[in-house]
Amino acid sequence: MAQQADALSGPAIQPAPRTLGERITRVLNKAPIHIALAIVALIWLLPTIGLLVTSFRPRTDIQNSGWWEIFQLRFTTQNYEQVLFSQGLVDALINTVWISVPSTIIPLLLACMAAYAFAWLRFPARDWLFLLVVAMLMVPVQVAFIPVLTLFRILDEQTGIGLLRGYGAVWLAHTAFALPFGIFLLRNFFITLPRDLIEAARIDGASDIGIFRTIVLPLSVPAIAAYGIFQFLWVWNDLLMALVFVQDGDKWPLTRQIQSLLSFGGAEWHLLAAGAFILMGVPLLVFFSLQRYFVQGLLAGSVK
Amino acid sequence: MTVAPQPIEVAGTTSAAGRGRWRPESGFSRSAIVFLLPAALLLIVFLVYPTIYTILLSFNRGRRGEFTEWVGLRNYEQLFFRDPAFLDLSRFPPSGALWNNVLWLVLYVSFVLFLGLVIAVMAGRVRYEALIKAVVFLPMAIAATALAVIWTFVYSPDPDQGVLNAMVTAGGGDPIAWLGNPGIVNFAIIAVGVWGSVGFATVILSAALKAIPTEIIEAARVDGASERQIFRRIIVPMVSLPMSVLAVTLVVNVIKLFDLIFVMTAGGPGVSSRVLAFTMYSEAFQGGLFGKGAAVAVIMLLLLVPVMIFNIRRFRSERVI
Repeated sequence: MAQQADALSGPAIQPAPRTLGERITRVLNKAPIHIALAIVALIWLLPTIGLLVTSFRPRTDIQNSGWWEIFQLRFTTQNYEQVLFSQGLVDALINTVWISVPSTIIPLLLACMAAYAFAWLRFPARDWLFLLVVAMLMVPVQVAFIPVLTLFRILDEQTGIGLLRGYGAVWLAHTAFALPFGIFLLRNFFITLPRDLIEAARIDGASDIGIFRTIVLPLSVPAIAAYGIFQFLWVWNDLLMALVFVQDGDKWPLTRQIQSLLSFGGAEWHLLAAGAFILMGVPLLVFFSLQRYFVQGLLAGSVK
Repeated sequence: MTVAPQPIEVAGTTSAAGRGRWRPESGFSRSAIVFLLPAALLLIVFLVYPTIYTILLSFNRGRRGEFTEWVGLRNYEQLFFRDPAFLDLSRFPPSGALWNNVLWLVLYVSFVLFLGLVIAVMAGRVRYEALIKAVVFLPMAIAATALAVIWTFVYSPDPDQGVLNAMVTAGGGDPIAWLGNPGIVNFAIIAVGVWGSVGFATVILSAALKAIPTEIIEAARVDGASERQIFRRIIVPMVSLPMSVLAVTLVVNVIKLFDLIFVMTAGGPGVSSRVLAFTMYSEAFQGGLFGKGAAVAVIMLLLLVPVMIFNIRRFRSERVI
């Protein structure tokens, strides 16, 4: 947990207690806080642990007794095998990857480019256009659904490129709705880079693409990483965009597949529990390994 | 990690570099076009054009999402006055999607802020602060779909599966249909929303608390202030700015809320747990009423305009735009 200590808090400054007596009084004084925090920890952990335990229990056991009856617990990995291979969650997992990776890389690249223009290039009405981008942060995705679907339907009928049958529509939609936040975040990072460095490169004859690639991007890795992780998890966890923009059932992501398991499966908890943990796996891995970037991305993302 | 990518942290650092004014003799340079064009195209196709289209469509019958018949304000009129699933003020307590959003707004925002602050204050006084914050923050990493599965299981009406009903029946009561009772369902889902967001508030407020100079609190203690007075008179006022920023974020969450409702109850039982975003989806894509769906989307947009203005003002005062 050492890693978490520096990501989530500063050091707790407390004078060291001198004697055993002082130490005991101190613990006793804080007893109500310890108890309250223990309850908090229980409330925040138990629901998830309950489902985790359930995901490893045989189906008949789940139906007959609760996961909290610890002395009767038997474990199996069959639920995971079944949900992955008979219920097609392995395909949904691959679909989720197929949706998430381009929907992270494309907006990352486009937002970096636009942010560079807003930070270091001059063009007409730049400040007004940036204000417009900030205003777009608040436009709900719902506004885009009908017009974009209608447009894509007509486009697909006329040209047969099949944006709605493939992933094209969902990639483009995720990209577009990630851009205002990305441009805002990265532009505000890029303008903090030293002006002298960029001016010097310009005088030496570097092109904008050269400056962008060799100076701006390498110096902005922390901001780009935070945005990238935020966007990746956003897309990974998304249900609504997939619901609207992925119309081929074979291309549904995990969230969509699990949602349909819950509403049409008559609460087959052995499958649902395993499915939910397959969905949570990658985000939890990211959370524990890249927590610093993750928390920062989320905090910065609070404007989205 | 040297620099955090937070808008708040770059406050005041806007260098002269970014502030250069455009001179009329220079137009869009070639590089400006290259760097801006892809993003601009996508923003126009997915945000600018759809916003105009949806606003116009909301005054139209809008079969198949196309402009078929101008109906003026009829979609709005129908939503507000003739659709009990959207708003029903004829009974007490009122019901409908818009009312449920109000309920969410009041309960979700206040509980997240309150619990977030209380946990942040308590966690700040123990050695395992980071651990507690990580535990409470964990749901933020998880998809709303997964939260919905976790909690649908907790709320299961079968006392052999749902831990809540196991507790109720152990106490001698009858199992409660948490998600099946129209009078309970909204509170049950709001609790899930609160559970999922408290960690976010805790982390932000904990950072704000650490910024309070310890001398102030020490001085108050010396002057004989009680812990309660310190909390109410010092801590609360000193974190009120981050609180208001946080509250705005939570308001946005409420207006955009969809996944949790869709997965847990699909707006049910009946229509009793519907919210705006769910209504938009269901009217347009399940009911085929695109004009009405567009009207709901416009209502969502209008509710977000004050937030837009608040954010622009805030960023202006922080000099980030």
